[in-house]
Amino acid sequence: MTVKDLKIGQEAQIFAFSDKALGHHLVEMGVVPGETITIERIAPMGDPIAIRVSNLLLCIRKQEASAILVQLPSPAH
Amino acid sequence: MATEGLKVALIGNPNSGKSSLFNALTGMNQKVGNFPGITVDRKVGVFSAGKRKVHLVDLPGTYSLEPRSLDERVAAEAITLTKHPEHPNLTLIVVDATHLKLGLYLALQVIETGMPSILVLNMMDQLAASKITINIPAIASELGIPVLATNARKPEGIAALRDAIAHHDLARPTAKWAATITANQGSLERHTVIRDILAKTTAGTEPTKRTVTQRLDDILTHRIWGLVIFFALLVVVFQSIFSWASYPMEWIEMGFSSGAELWHRILPPSFLTSLWIEGIWAGLGGVVIFIPQIAFLFLFIALMEDTGYMARVSFITDKALRKFGLQGRSVVPLMGAVACAVPAILATRTISNWKERLLTILVLPFMTCSARLPVYVLLIALVIPQGHFLGIVGYQGMAMLGMYMLGTVTALGAAWVVSKFIANDGPNHFIMEMPVYRAPRWSNIAIDIARKVTMFVTHAGKIIVVISVFLWLGASFGPSERFEKIDRDYATLAAAPQADTVALARLKSADQLENSYIGILGHAIEPAIAPLGYDWKIGIALITSFAAREVFVGTMATIYAVGDSEDVTTIRQKMQARTKPNSTAPLYDLPFGLSLLVFYAFAMQCVSTIAVVKSETGTWKWPILQLFGMTGLAFVSAWVVYRVAQFFVG
Repeated sequence: MTVKDLKIGQEAQIFAFSDKALGHHLVEMGVVPGETITIERIAPMGDPIAIRVSNLLLCIRKQEASAILVQLPSPAH
Repeated sequence: MATEGLKVALIGNPNSGKSSLFNALTGMNQKVGNFPGITVDRKVGVFSAGKRKVHLVDLPGTYSLEPRSLDERVAAEAITLTKHPEHPNLTLIVVDATHLKLGLYLALQVIETGMPSILVLNMMDQLAASKITINIPAIASELGIPVLATNARKPEGIAALRDAIAHHDLARPTAKWAATITANQGSLERHTVIRDILAKTTAGTEPTKRTVTQRLDDILTHRIWGLVIFFALLVVVFQSIFSWASYPMEWIEMGFSSGAELWHRILPPSFLTSLWIEGIWAGLGGVVIFIPQIAFLFLFIALMEDTGYMARVSFITDKALRKFGLQGRSVVPLMGAVACAVPAILATRTISNWKERLLTILVLPFMTCSARLPVYVLLIALVIPQGHFLGIVGYQGMAMLGMYMLGTVTALGAAWVVSKFIANDGPNHFIMEMPVYRAPRWSNIAIDIARKVTMFVTHAGKIIVVISVFLWLGASFGPSERFEKIDRDYATLAAAPQADTVALARLKSADQLENSYIGILGHAIEPAIAPLGYDWKIGIALITSFAAREVFVGTMATIYAVGDSEDVTTIRQKMQARTKPNSTAPLYDLPFGLSLLVFYAFAMQCVSTIAVVKSETGTWKWPILQLFGMTGLAFVSAWVVYRVAQFFVG
């Protein structure tokens, strides 16, 4: 599952990147495997999207979002 | 007291308040310019810290020492290359205290290079508003460098910072964590180190309720309201450059006219006097008159950048502009160009991606600027019929609207074409931080505007004055035998009883223009422009319009001996009265009008634009390419339009 598939406000945990160069760039900006990521909003024309990681709001294109692999948190016990 | 010179650099993320800190430390002791060889803003200032005389350079904002754009490369190389002209003795790493994790990444990299540093935790007031606390001594101990807290806006903490700079021992720091950073996984390992440090030195959690920024964004990036507000803002920007700026522009014009009269009174008539008054002084006036428009455009852009709204502009417009090879930030300069390309080109500095900036600079002169309006008004009134389409929409109004659309469509189309030919700056990832909304810092904005205006006057200004003087020389002087004959002929006519000296003076000016060097050139190019439907009179006007498009109207006024160049009606009447040789058909007919309209839409006829493109791209290559490319397109298009129109009308 990738960030592109998430719904607005849905929390997920980053676990890998399918594009190495993009992944490196994202890590430098604090988008690190293990962190929680959510889609905060979508631009009026459907692209790009604003994602929140910790307290940082980043704007990325849907194409880039599809390279961020995530897993949904397991249901609380 | 011996003074020691010290080179200090400011490095940090964009939006970390670096420029406020720079202004707080240097006050007005700043110089503007470019980094050598490239057009990236170079801000340098001086201040004293104890016995040290500090030369402070504000490096472009960056997130990492691995650069992804021209801007970031400048910052990275200044730190990592010891031979770099801006390589500092000491670096101030500015970090936004509310985005510590992000800022520490760059800080770790800088310390790893062994650069003597001080960490400046800025925006402490914002931190106080959240529930998070930072143990500053603990961070200093973890990083191995001094750490200070500041609020650059107020400003607070600046005296302590100056003190720390005065007494720093300039010893190279050791990065305690260096052993854990490998070449392959460096970025991830650095984040592990950061996580550790934050765990030991910070406490508290983010508040969970919706913040002011989030609530504002709900409106400002709303599918409908976001776009509406955005377009409304573009209209305001346009209005300010198009009409509000016209008031100070009128005062400047009056000022320079009065100045010219004064010079006429105190200087004896001579070639040098004319050169000074009509060449150089007039040329200077032509430069200064842009200042109000530049100031207004930069005021709005600075406000949008400073408050954080500009990132939202990119967010909203990115998808639409991407189709043409442009990105979000191009939209404000493109809109500004509808008023005037000169401030708009200067405004492209905010676009950090070099390819996008260059592309925007190259195509924005196609946008219909206000200088083209007098030409369009004259030509449309001359050749477009006055009726209404279906009784509702006027043909002339439609023609004007059509010209605006032609400009916009051509700009976007040209961007699409040219973008295929320019190489990319680096990987084309669009990853942009959307900062928290902040109140604008008016003193920073004022300093910024002053800086931009100064750069325009000193760089582009020189080129504009030089070319204006050459054009004036070409239009005012010609082969001496011809000019002497004109003087003799008109002296005879004026001596006659009942001579209308005013009309005679105008006819004399017309004759002088026709026999000047530019007049001769106009005759010479007639064979080349005849296929487009133009005669040598239009030829002269085309050459003089090279200075500025609106000069066309003034030149036609002189040629047709109309006293007042604002008297468009009389100019038009005289032009309508002209007939083709051996015919009663008007010389300036519909095909001619359409052809010339298209020519003016596409041709590069603006010395000031050429001058700013040169100063903003750092080379003559691009403005020359624009000149030939745009004018070539104008030539071909005008020819096609003329032939096609003749086929349908003729």
